[in-house]
Amino acid sequence: MPLCKVDGVEVEFEPGMNVLQVAELAGKEIPRFCYHERLSIAGNCRMCLVEVKPGPPKPQASCALPAAENMEIFTDTPMVKKARHGVMEFLLINHPLDCPICDQGGECDLQDQAMGYGRDDSRYADNKRAVEEKFMGPLIKTVMTRCIQCTRCVRFITEVAGVPEIGLISRGEDVEITTYLDKAVTSELSANIIDLCPVGALTSKPYAFNARPWELKKTESVDVMDALGSAIRVDARGSAVLRVLPRVNEDINEEWISDKTRYAVDGLGRQRLDRPYVREAGKLRPASWAEALETVAAKLKATAPDRVGVIAGDLQDAESMKAALDLFRGLGVQSTDCRQDGMVLGTGPRQSWLFNSTIHGIEDADVVLLVGVNPRLEAPVLNARLRKRWLAGALRVGVVGEQADLTYGYDYLGSGPKTLGGLARAKGAFMDALRAAKAPAIVVGAGALTRADSAAVLKAAGGLARAFGMTWNVLHNAAARVGGLDLGFTPGPGGKTAAELAGKGGADLLFLLGADEIDTSASKAFTVYLGTHGDRGAHRADVILPGAAYTEKNGLYVNTEGRVQQGVRAVFPKGEAKEDWAILRALSERLGAKLPYDSLDQLRAKLFADHPTFGRIDHVDGAQAAAGLDLGALGGKGEVSDAPFRSAVTAFYLTNPIARASVTMAECAALASGASKIAAE
Amino acid sequence: MAGLLADKDRIFLNIYGQRDWGLEGARLRGAWNGTKDIVAQTPEWICDQIKASGLRGRGGAGFATGLKWTFMPKQESERPHYLLVNADESEPGACKDRDILRNDPHLLIEGCLIACKAMRAHTAYIYIRGEYVHERERLTAAIRQAYDAGLIGPGNVHGWDCDVRVTHGGGAYICGDETALMESFEGKKGQPRLKPPFPAGAGIYGCPTTVNNVETIAVVGTILRRGAAWFAGFGTEKSTGTKLFAGSGHLNKPCVVEDAVGISVKQLIEDHFGGVRGGWGNLKAVIPGGISVRMIPADQCDEAVMTYEDLQARGSGLGTGTMIVFDKDADLVKAIARAAYFYKHESCGQCTPCREGTGWMWRVMERMVTGEAEMAEIDLLLDVASQVEGHTICGLGDAAAWPIQGLFRHFRHEVEERITQYRAGKPHVQGATLQAAE
Repeated sequence: MPLCKVDGVEVEFEPGMNVLQVAELAGKEIPRFCYHERLSIAGNCRMCLVEVKPGPPKPQASCALPAAENMEIFTDTPMVKKARHGVMEFLLINHPLDCPICDQGGECDLQDQAMGYGRDDSRYADNKRAVEEKFMGPLIKTVMTRCIQCTRCVRFITEVAGVPEIGLISRGEDVEITTYLDKAVTSELSANIIDLCPVGALTSKPYAFNARPWELKKTESVDVMDALGSAIRVDARGSAVLRVLPRVNEDINEEWISDKTRYAVDGLGRQRLDRPYVREAGKLRPASWAEALETVAAKLKATAPDRVGVIAGDLQDAESMKAALDLFRGLGVQSTDCRQDGMVLGTGPRQSWLFNSTIHGIEDADVVLLVGVNPRLEAPVLNARLRKRWLAGALRVGVVGEQADLTYGYDYLGSGPKTLGGLARAKGAFMDALRAAKAPAIVVGAGALTRADSAAVLKAAGGLARAFGMTWNVLHNAAARVGGLDLGFTPGPGGKTAAELAGKGGADLLFLLGADEIDTSASKAFTVYLGTHGDRGAHRADVILPGAAYTEKNGLYVNTEGRVQQGVRAVFPKGEAKEDWAILRALSERLGAKLPYDSLDQLRAKLFADHPTFGRIDHVDGAQAAAGLDLGALGGKGEVSDAPFRSAVTAFYLTNPIARASVTMAECAALASGASKIAAE
Repeated sequence: MAGLLADKDRIFLNIYGQRDWGLEGARLRGAWNGTKDIVAQTPEWICDQIKASGLRGRGGAGFATGLKWTFMPKQESERPHYLLVNADESEPGACKDRDILRNDPHLLIEGCLIACKAMRAHTAYIYIRGEYVHERERLTAAIRQAYDAGLIGPGNVHGWDCDVRVTHGGGAYICGDETALMESFEGKKGQPRLKPPFPAGAGIYGCPTTVNNVETIAVVGTILRRGAAWFAGFGTEKSTGTKLFAGSGHLNKPCVVEDAVGISVKQLIEDHFGGVRGGWGNLKAVIPGGISVRMIPADQCDEAVMTYEDLQARGSGLGTGTMIVFDKDADLVKAIARAAYFYKHESCGQCTPCREGTGWMWRVMERMVTGEAEMAEIDLLLDVASQVEGHTICGLGDAAAWPIQGLFRHFRHEVEERITQYRAGKPHVQGATLQAAE
């Protein structure tokens, strides 16, 4: 590896690194505003100036200068100090210095670097520039006078999010960051520019004036809004979760999260079930835990096991599903299902329901076929990764399904199962590319796997994957789904599926474990709902057992790749609510079928013993393990319909009870649907 | 004979537009004469000749042209090479390229063909300043003539396929910077790019590109016709050849004139520009190379010669060779304040020092014009100028700082007097007593 000197110390560096990175290797901190590892280099803030030999007798922008063999880099000379002082002074002359009323205070790059690298006073006595606020939607609050024109937001929105709706207009002193026509940014990743903004120009609108960063208790956890399991940090004060921020996880979300992940958290404080309820004369009335559990136990004892059904929801942790499975199987109940949407996967090898390429590994694919999936809505962060590869010219995408704006170009092949069936014999540029591909992959979404003809669709997709050597990937929408399937939370011998249970006469007692996405209105069954929100499931329930939301319990979640991750409790459950597994444990005691664990650790021990995959935290088998998957055995015979594939996610902002309780998400959803109305007019 | 240059040695024989600008007239004056023989030479030979002639870029930076051409890749690849001619002449005081464009366009077109051969390019683009509408019409017509006569274009008589295309800018000063020009050329916002990568590696559309000034390209044909030694015979060792000079300001006969590099400032003014208004003794200062270089005061103008090295030694520069002359009636402070406003207005706003610094400098300069500024602000202003200079992506930051530095190097006392005068008899103005006590 080449060598160069940083302040007299020799450093080895990898070819292709820039001077700034090399200086950091040597442990030298280089101040910067515009430079960001994941964005293109703008070199416009001029804060990272260093002196370089050999080179011109003036400081160089270290972010934009490739490091070279035998280069001498100086980060602390009088020239560099003067340059930094100068740039910092220039940045501050038109900055309002309103830190006391700025939400960025305490986590502001400008504040920190002004302390570290700035002058002690200002020599600028003229009037400061003022810039009009811009409207960027319900998530992003702007105070554009604070903007230092680093263009990180412009570059993120253009490059990563792929919706070029933010730009820098005008010239010189008058330059402004704007959304051009004062429209809300239409990206599902838009709020990441709040994190990127090094000053307080773009701050979080829902979080405005709520708290200072040092007041918050920060808990590192994982997200459940989609099936990716993005790494998040939950910031809470007292019992309230105030905000969610992304953590870096190169394998999943890099450092982005979707707007839903970030902003659905105000739903954690609304519509909450904070005490048990029992329905009496058609009306729910508050009850004690003892009464509620007794009611459920009595009802369960009085019902034949084959008339009992258990449906697990999309946000459930693995432990609660394990406890439910242990309890009800112990009672002889076979009708258990975690697939509210009726997905046809769940039998056969584990690899058949995983995203085997892995989220990071999808970057190695050169051709990707999307079947019945809109990754932009179902997994925005994954979509950004696909776009990144497409931008680099390394990826060709084909779509069978909705012809939506995915933020990258694709070959549209057709809309439904008929296209899929005929694809093997089809001609065209995409099929040529697929035949020539070195690492092709297929991504099948819930939109293709939750139909009446899905068994045949699955068979067709599996056959296609086998014919072209494509890595088999299923993109789930539910954070709990892979965990549920791994546990075998599917109907046992003679058991009924979720759809059958929810139908007329499907069961006499229905136990909904956080299941809100299934319509049980036709069912006359006595319904027990264990969950967090007064949402669809609770509305029809006869007994409500208040559970803990994902920020309120320690729990394991398995993402769509099959990666087991640990969610960590940030706050305690609301009111009298308890952690889900503990409720099931209490119920088991009243049923006289006591579950064999008294703590979460004991439960986990049993979980790991029964299902070893759960014990391998943060591990993925990857594409190698899927090589042995018999793709020809997937699915079954049957007629396919002409109906086009529809993405499983239509209203991106309203996919789960937490998001539906969130005011912010409601605003976003209204804006999103309103925007499409305007477009249609 | 006025000046140093004999009429027989002039390259631009129609700079005043008194003769036919078209193809016939240009041919009578020697353009397109023997071009085929020149184009038949190897690119290396052409580059060597240009190197030997000592031709330096006439756009202001003065980089050796022959050397610049050799930076282009030696092999053609699937990425075509391009010549991009910078006709975005926007420097206040500069008007020389304009006369080439409208009166001697065929020299430029011929130069494009030869330069394209020298750098293995088959397309030359000429980026014309937005305000040059008439010039664009002339140039377009001249290019049409050249196409019709088979002088350029595919399968032309010279045996080197070369298209010449004109593109029209939007009228921004910053687009005269070569990288901003490329951005603007590609249809983007005119903001300079970071270097590296340099244009010869990745220029327009990511392909190897060389950006040259109009005059640089226009003289190439004549140099190769008459020989490198002829061109190198004018001027000094480091500043050779003939050049267009322009004079504006307090002159009796402001004009554009061709003369040998190395002519003294005094001779240029006296012989060609009809002398300073009110006589040589009435001269106050000269900005020799367009507004962006530092001025030189009258007492140095007797010895100063128009070469890169002499003017650089005086803390100024030859720049584009277009001088602005001030007589003793001129308000230099006001003139430089106006220049500061120009740079504030033309800053693209991309990088911090220029975006924030140009406005700051202009505001202080405006206060200096009236004398409202405080004495300490002079040093503040110079410090701010040094914080802008050399810290920006492109040269506009330097260009904005230099006129101000030039003013204070030679005429600081004038500003100080003005500030003192403003405070005299105004006890309510802050610092008035302080001044009086001094």
